[in-house]
Amino acid sequence: MKAYVYVSLKKSVLDPQGKTIYGALNKMGFKGLEAVRQGKFFEITLDRDLTKPEAQAEVERIAREVLTNPVIEEYRFSFED
Amino acid sequence: MKFGVIIFPGSNCDHDAYWTIQQVARQSATFLWHESQDLENCDAIIVPGGFAYGDYLRTGAIAKFSPVMESVKKFAEGGGLVLGICNGFQILCESALLPGALMRNVGLKYVCKPVHVRVENDDTPFTQACRQGEVLSIPIGHMEGNYFCDDSTLAQLRREQRIVFRYATPAGEITPEANPNGSLDNIAGISSAGRNVLGMMPHPERASEAELGCVEGFKIFQSLVGSMATR
Repeated sequence: MKAYVYVSLKKSVLDPQGKTIYGALNKMGFKGLEAVRQGKFFEITLDRDLTKPEAQAEVERIAREVLTNPVIEEYRFSFED
Repeated sequence: MKFGVIIFPGSNCDHDAYWTIQQVARQSATFLWHESQDLENCDAIIVPGGFAYGDYLRTGAIAKFSPVMESVKKFAEGGGLVLGICNGFQILCESALLPGALMRNVGLKYVCKPVHVRVENDDTPFTQACRQGEVLSIPIGHMEGNYFCDDSTLAQLRREQRIVFRYATPAGEITPEANPNGSLDNIAGISSAGRNVLGMMPHPERASEAELGCVEGFKIFQSLVGSMATR
């Protein structure tokens, strides 16, 4: 089982990298863009013996306690069975 | 007075701090390995600059889980003096010994140059040899020095006079141009509520001897030694 964790800056936090990418995309002529936010992506391979609720609890804890700084970031995650 | 300087894999200002304490401040100093929980009865702990654990994940994110930081947390909670410089400041924020976070510089570039900081509070163990409003020239060298916290935390920091250093012009004016990294409110250094923990982005150990071109950073070490003598 694999877990995919996405970490991004909170909406209230300025993202200079995303802003720079947005500016570059506009200059390159890409149309219809409103904004770009940059984040991090983690692919976590889990032990097969874990039940779904166990895996969910474990990944939630990893995302909250390690992968994210709650002052500036937020996370979401999904699973691929 | 005995200072402990922590070494993480990737620390690179540990020897500079050690040298300043031993050779310039003439105090005893010892290195503390990140895997040890023993602070060896030190009176003050320096969390030095560098790239602890390669700054992987986030600056300070892995360092905060190291055995030595567990002891540093207990030491700080008991009122022990802890000075975090640059990467050390980032580690102290990640460890929640100081509020807020240090984000990527607004200009997205590594900035390495002398800056001016204004002493906002001289009533701390780290600034007692300074005057309120005094401007110190101390170099910075960082990619993630952009201090951020939420509005209520900023209000609290102001109310409790915990903003210790702010980026300023040589004349001591707080302007956007004097801010090298986009830090909220030009913040360059903050203290804990108990004043015993200080985090700062500028490197005082790089400005503590005439040979280095500037001695104004030495006032931080001088303050620490002075305050420890009266503790």
